[in-house]
Amino acid sequence: MRALDTLGMSVQAIARNKLRSFLTTLGIIIGVASVVAMVHLGQSATRSVTEQIASIGSNLLFVMPGTAQRGPGGLRTTAENFELADVEAIRNEVDGILVAPALTTSATVVVGNANDTIPVIGTTNEYFTVRNHYLDYGREFEDGELSSGAAVCIIGKTLIEEMFLGQEALGANIRVGRTACRVIGVLEEKGESMGQDRDKTILMPVKAVQRRLVGELDVSAIYVSALADGTTGVVQEQIESLLRQRRTPVNGGVDDFYVRDTQDIAQALESTTNTLTILLGAIAAVSLLVGGIGIMNIMLVSVTERTREIGIRLAIGARARDVLTQFLVESIALSTLGGVIGLVIGVGGTWLVTWQLNMPFVISPTVMAVGFSFSVAIGIIFGYFPARKAAMLNPIDALRHE
Amino acid sequence: MTEAGNVGQSARSQPAPYVVEMRDIYKIYGSGATEVRALDGVSLSIRSGEFVAIMGPSGSGKSTCMNILGCLDVPTSGEYWFRGVEVGGLDRDELALLRRHFMGFVFQSFNLLPRTSALSNVELPLIYEGVRPARRHELAMQALATVGLAERAHATSAQLSGGQQQRVAIARALVTEPPVLLADEPTGNLDTVMAGEIMKELVSIREQKGITILMVTHEPDIARYADRVLFFTDGKLIRDGSPAEVIP
Repeated sequence: MRALDTLGMSVQAIARNKLRSFLTTLGIIIGVASVVAMVHLGQSATRSVTEQIASIGSNLLFVMPGTAQRGPGGLRTTAENFELADVEAIRNEVDGILVAPALTTSATVVVGNANDTIPVIGTTNEYFTVRNHYLDYGREFEDGELSSGAAVCIIGKTLIEEMFLGQEALGANIRVGRTACRVIGVLEEKGESMGQDRDKTILMPVKAVQRRLVGELDVSAIYVSALADGTTGVVQEQIESLLRQRRTPVNGGVDDFYVRDTQDIAQALESTTNTLTILLGAIAAVSLLVGGIGIMNIMLVSVTERTREIGIRLAIGARARDVLTQFLVESIALSTLGGVIGLVIGVGGTWLVTWQLNMPFVISPTVMAVGFSFSVAIGIIFGYFPARKAAMLNPIDALRHE
Repeated sequence: MTEAGNVGQSARSQPAPYVVEMRDIYKIYGSGATEVRALDGVSLSIRSGEFVAIMGPSGSGKSTCMNILGCLDVPTSGEYWFRGVEVGGLDRDELALLRRHFMGFVFQSFNLLPRTSALSNVELPLIYEGVRPARRHELAMQALATVGLAERAHATSAQLSGGQQQRVAIARALVTEPPVLLADEPTGNLDTVMAGEIMKELVSIREQKGITILMVTHEPDIARYADRVLFFTDGKLIRDGSPAEVIP
């Protein structure tokens, strides 16, 4: 018997029962589509996180007060803030870096009739480079403004759109808290990053925020950027040993500050999304299994229903293996067809969701290959038992079957 | 199909005067008190080219005998030689190859594949022989022409009358040009007119091709078309002779 004829016979049998064939493959279609979509979406989410982290600034270290360790009662963040002297010390004693202090607060901002609560960051001109967020137009802070804590501000694009309603902002006076403040620059558009609208922000000289808004002479975070690639590890160690000397440790030896690499954050987030991907993929794989059982179910019914046909074939001279092959090829053809349709739907669904959620559209040939091979494998595994049952039929009994 | 070659080789290796030879064949179902002797020591031999009718009441063993003759079943004991091959020693697949190459089957209920054209039904045995599509089509059309159904080649069994379906079945049985045709009550589902036509068809095919026909029937009128009648009762062959001798 020629292989092409076996395939032809199976295709004929599938075409003879179109609705049933479709319903049989539906399980595989849904299974493969969900596996492919879930894993692709997971990868897309990972890519999205990685891209966002890159946009925060590479070689970036966050120095924060508090302990990085989790103990009873969760993350302890009761440590005191840094002082500007700490920033100076880091700047003077660690080589090859840029340092920007940050005192973050939020304030009610009034522009004309509009008012909103906006995050305000007190910082210096290093902020632009360190955080990879530059001026679109206007100017940076002048040295005098920085040392005196002048009431000047650089605003994000969201304020231009929502509060200035597109009108000229440069040179305008806005109210930040109780301070009248002159707009000297506008930041470039940065978009959303890790759930934060980075365009909805106001930058002011750190001393202005300290004196006019917060009323404390401290700094809530220090941003450090290593100038050369691959030096963040060394820089981190130097900062840690420096700050250990300058600050009193809590609870006998535990640091009351921590230094975070953006790479660490990226890795943590990536491992989270990877875990989620595996989980979702596993759930989807269960539906693929259920689809396989559906194929076996229908094939068993089909064997019973076509017992007489099998009897005729055996009488005509089909060997057990001819019948086995025919039914096996039939189930493989069904599951492969389901696999192909599932792949198309899975990729289509991924594209739709990533397009809607503005995520990068990632297509992995490995995932596609695995999804497809699974569908074929399921056809073989779940088709074998019914096919064997058909092949083992006694020709006389099969011919007598009503 | 090398297996086919092997079986065929041995089948042809001895010049066999008899196409079929049964020696002391028993077919026993169950055991002890429930033992049923479907065939109880049957011996017979059939020459090439004979047209043999197998008769007997229900449960006489005529169908069991036909199944063994057609290599669909194997005897419990005894020797069955088909074209010089002892069938008892063959496995399932070897039996299938014997059927494929040397036998054609016609059944009472036609047994065409449903929702399949007459042509595809006739092509089916050729598919198992591994014949290429173009040649297959040609041979199937020839076989359909032999039974006078060339114009109905693309009709499905539902679109054919009983007599036409049985003729398609005969075409399917003959398309591989087997030396032996086995017919199990071939006219059982047909009215007398159609039954007569089918029998004339079989007689003319035997004259043209010189094949051996083994036919089970319980109707004396049908059995009279044969030139030899075997009559079974209780698993035993009790009469063997010309229709005039056997049929009262």
